[in-house]
Amino acid sequence: MAASLQTQIRGTLAPRSGAAARAISEPTVVRWLLIGIALVFLGTFLFLPLAIVFATAFQKGVGFYLQVFRDPDTLAAIRLTLLAAGIAVPLNVVFGIAAAWVIGKFDFVGKSLLITLIDLPFSVSPVVAGLIYVLLFGLQGLLGPWLIAHGIRIIFAVPGIVLATIFVTFPFVARELLPMIQSQGNEEEEAALTLGASGWQTFFRVTLPNVKWALIYGVILCNARAMGEFGAVSVVSGHIRGLTDTVPLHIEILYNDYQFVAAFAVASLLALLALMTLLVKSVVEWKAGQQFAAQSASDTESNS
Amino acid sequence: MSISVRGITKDFGHFKALKEVDLEIPDGQLVALLGPSGSGKTTLLRIIAGLEFADCGTVQFDGKDISDQTAGERHVGFVFQHYALFRHMTVFENIAFGLRVRPRRLRPSEQKIRAKVEELLRLIQLQNQARRYPSQLSGGQRQRVALARALAVEPGVLLLDEPFGSLDAKVRQELRRWLRQLHDEVHITSVFVTHDQEEALEVADLVAVMNEGRIEQVGSPEEVYNHPATPFVYNFLGNVNLFHGRVDDGKAYIQETDTGNLAFVRPHLLEITRQPNGANHFRATTTHINAAGPVVKVDALTEWGAPIHVEMSQERFQALRLNKNEVVFVTPKDIAVFQKDRAS
Repeated sequence: MAASLQTQIRGTLAPRSGAAARAISEPTVVRWLLIGIALVFLGTFLFLPLAIVFATAFQKGVGFYLQVFRDPDTLAAIRLTLLAAGIAVPLNVVFGIAAAWVIGKFDFVGKSLLITLIDLPFSVSPVVAGLIYVLLFGLQGLLGPWLIAHGIRIIFAVPGIVLATIFVTFPFVARELLPMIQSQGNEEEEAALTLGASGWQTFFRVTLPNVKWALIYGVILCNARAMGEFGAVSVVSGHIRGLTDTVPLHIEILYNDYQFVAAFAVASLLALLALMTLLVKSVVEWKAGQQFAAQSASDTESNS
Repeated sequence: MSISVRGITKDFGHFKALKEVDLEIPDGQLVALLGPSGSGKTTLLRIIAGLEFADCGTVQFDGKDISDQTAGERHVGFVFQHYALFRHMTVFENIAFGLRVRPRRLRPSEQKIRAKVEELLRLIQLQNQARRYPSQLSGGQRQRVALARALAVEPGVLLLDEPFGSLDAKVRQELRRWLRQLHDEVHITSVFVTHDQEEALEVADLVAVMNEGRIEQVGSPEEVYNHPATPFVYNFLGNVNLFHGRVDDGKAYIQETDTGNLAFVRPHLLEITRQPNGANHFRATTTHINAAGPVVKVDALTEWGAPIHVEMSQERFQALRLNKNEVVFVTPKDIAVFQKDRAS
């Protein structure tokens, strides 16, 4: 994901001259054919479903649509999703920055192992991730009996949902920051240290501002995943209405109850979230691109 | 502030970057650490700055051992080869950084910071660029901002790592003179690292020539250029012609066979004549002449088949009317002879 951000940025700031563009171009027919295929694909798999979500959501009118969001169970689901994301995202921001900093700035034994571990949630099925927590904290689980004895409920309760959400979202911030931190080297930090800045001052005034856009990008993706996660949360939730239902789980319940319009109305919330994420992501990419463009333009100038 | 480096050794894995280096830098001097890449000059500079720590040996500022102090505690100004400006801060904020990060009781007031930064902006002649970002400046401008940022905290010592390394030739020249002038005004003890002998000889009061983790010679530019202590220094500071030679009764003889000694002659100290002038000459055939520029460069082959390189003034060249493939007489005007085992 980080790589694609980088290449997009590089792509926009290296405008090809007319001659070069012609040299690598294809005949008009081929070009339109390719564009056509891409548009048909996008239309079928993206725009059409999105349109259907909103069309179905408003099938019974705006009044009914608003009515859905007065239902206490729906409101509880929204509150729980916000809570889970509200805990998971900040924790993963702290974890992501720490991990990216350690991996990017220092050499140590087991570094590649740590990188692999960070990527684990990407490769493990979310259902398996959920099951891990059930096996660990569940009634029959490893720590279950001790937890029950002390009156602590994790599985089929809010803590389990938060834990599962943290697990599936923890690579996002670290993965976005890592290439950025690695590419920047240590010189600016060293400069800050020679100027008398403390470690914390160096971090907050130099390191963090330099990776600002990558961090925001990571947070957006992390948040989108945290709010949209279904598999892992579904396993640990227990589907107790009004108590352990998140928005995605609530949509499923409504759908299974044949309340299609209500299901799609709630789903439209997640669709809106996705659209917002895309919008913010585009703005961030554009901003980061500007920063890169200014940087590299002057680099080439000073090298010439 | 004087700097005293004693017995500094530093290894990076199996690579010995510095081998028991001693160096005395008197207060107020501008010193060049000159050497090829891998000679340990940057490592030595970073150890003086506290950005790297030596395996053994001490660093003293004004006779006080500061080997265990961190970079921040040493109060040095460091200018990085690639400037290392804070890219998200304006020129103004870059220069003010060192003052703003001070603990509250030592931090100057906003007014004083402003005054200080503006004074430095005048010094580096960038008063109108205060609101710009580093990415909007040219290489030379960035280097000056880096210097101003280092000077803002009024360091006892200014350390510069290849300060002109990534600039083009013309800007380099200008900045070089400017740095010399600046040093004459500010008089802060300064050490800069360079691999460019011309730069070291032109700017520095004192040149320390480094090779393979050791300091080969320390001296004024004239000293190291005119009286090189080792073959390496002779070789590194300017072009040389290498001969085999021997010394008898204080006289040096150039020979075609390997005698165990090496004789060096600078290209401008070989004189070409059309007529033999006594015993002190040998024959050579010119092979290539480059007459573009203030100095004419002539390549020739000696009578025993070794290539030599001669430099002469345009006037001398005009007077000689020299052509390619001519047999001429060559007289060395000054020869430096070194024992072979020292030349290694």
